[in-house]
Amino acid sequence: MPKVKIDNFEIEVPEGTTILNAARQIGGDIVPPAMCYYSTLKGSGGKCRTCLVKVTKGSEKDPRPMPKLVASCQTTVMDGMEVANITSDEVLKARAGVVEFLLLNHPLDCPICDQAGECHLQDLAFEHGAENTRYEFERRTFEKIDIGPYIKLHMTRCILCYRCVYTAQQLTDGRVHGIIGRGDHAEISTFIEKAIDNDFSGNVIDVCPVGALTDRTFRFKSRVWFLNPMDAHRDCPTCSGKAVVWMYGKEIFRVTARKDKYGEVHDFICNTCRFEKKGANDWTIEGPRDIDRHSVISQNHYEGAVTVR
Amino acid sequence: MQSLTNRSRNVVNKKMNFWERIYLVAILKGMWTTLKHFVRVMFGKSHTVRYPEVKRPFAPVWRGWHVLKRDEKGAERCTACGLCAVACPAEAITMTAAEREKGEEHLYREEKYAAVYEINMLRCIFCGLCEEACPKEAIFLTDRIVPSDYARQGFVFGKDLLVEGVEPEKRIDVSVRQKHIQEKKWAAETAH
Repeated sequence: MPKVKIDNFEIEVPEGTTILNAARQIGGDIVPPAMCYYSTLKGSGGKCRTCLVKVTKGSEKDPRPMPKLVASCQTTVMDGMEVANITSDEVLKARAGVVEFLLLNHPLDCPICDQAGECHLQDLAFEHGAENTRYEFERRTFEKIDIGPYIKLHMTRCILCYRCVYTAQQLTDGRVHGIIGRGDHAEISTFIEKAIDNDFSGNVIDVCPVGALTDRTFRFKSRVWFLNPMDAHRDCPTCSGKAVVWMYGKEIFRVTARKDKYGEVHDFICNTCRFEKKGANDWTIEGPRDIDRHSVISQNHYEGAVTVR
Repeated sequence: MQSLTNRSRNVVNKKMNFWERIYLVAILKGMWTTLKHFVRVMFGKSHTVRYPEVKRPFAPVWRGWHVLKRDEKGAERCTACGLCAVACPAEAITMTAAEREKGEEHLYREEKYAAVYEINMLRCIFCGLCEEACPKEAIFLTDRIVPSDYARQGFVFGKDLLVEGVEPEKRIDVSVRQKHIQEKKWAAETAH
């Protein structure tokens, strides 16, 4: 098994593991951020460039460094490879540049956006971005689109990570939405704004790293940091029934799938669980969800198992 | 125990002399102080003001009754983002958001607005953190004093008491305060 050294932490991983996944096995601050890679979606990654790292030593056999920064979610490890992530100024500078590019057309309407507080782009910009923009031109804007009765598409906020497209392709049969146009004109579209009426279409909300796809049943209802996320389950004939219910007092405001600490869902849930089961008797509450204490969700009103990571 | 400051004096049980024993000098000294105050109050400037009739000027950074500002066109700036409520250490602020309908663009600046915005003035400690947290420059504390009352009800101020009027004469000027906050933010930035 190849041995790889990431920011001076050594780990042995199976052949074919990517640098990003090797770093995730080590954990901590050295894990590169990822906006488009999603471990449970086949083919995702390689688009956003936030996970760029520097390979300072190619492998044991060929110790030359790689000439350019590489996307760690796409590059597999080699035996004896040495990778610099946060220890390399070049990487941090490149990442700040990538964030600036992602924010070029992003509207920065976080005070309005329902994703605020659990938005990966917000975290990324907070950690790596600059305070001001150098962009002087008009930002790209789109009309808001209702994709069916449950999902709202704010194309203006989209960073074109393709995650929702892969979700639609891999979880549902008969995909009805994709990306049309190229470059700056690229946009997520359902072609003639066709409704997605598949059982698992709601998962595109969870996989979206920004607030481009949001829950219409939760639209402007509350802010995530005023709600208490609770692990809950129910007997569901179509999905695993394991979800997180976001409660305000005894009321369930919204239901999402369970995300791990990289914001990735492993058990996708169905639309019935997500959008239609919001009564207090629909769910068996297991207990408070484990939330990182640095998250704004655990900041003020959240009581329960808050772990120190 | 060793003293923490150098201000302490040792007590000396000194015997008083004749002039000190008759206390006359001390009494006259005290009377002179009283007389000085009497003369100043009667003929000069007083230290106190007769409050409801006379009002003292406020410091420009005084923190009193909040105002929810409107923009130049008269639309409400608040977008119900909840940052004031999460910053509030006294948990005095609550709000409910609503989506702006078509045709309401002149009333609310953003597509989301606060349908209900309440500050419990009995809980509020007037710390000004809501003002610092606000990303939309919507909430400000002003130099107006929250009126006192004998009853507890009525201290939860809704939008009727918080949002300023549309007409120019009903607008509440917070420019001094805004400048002060901006300077504070710049100072924090340069300190980094």
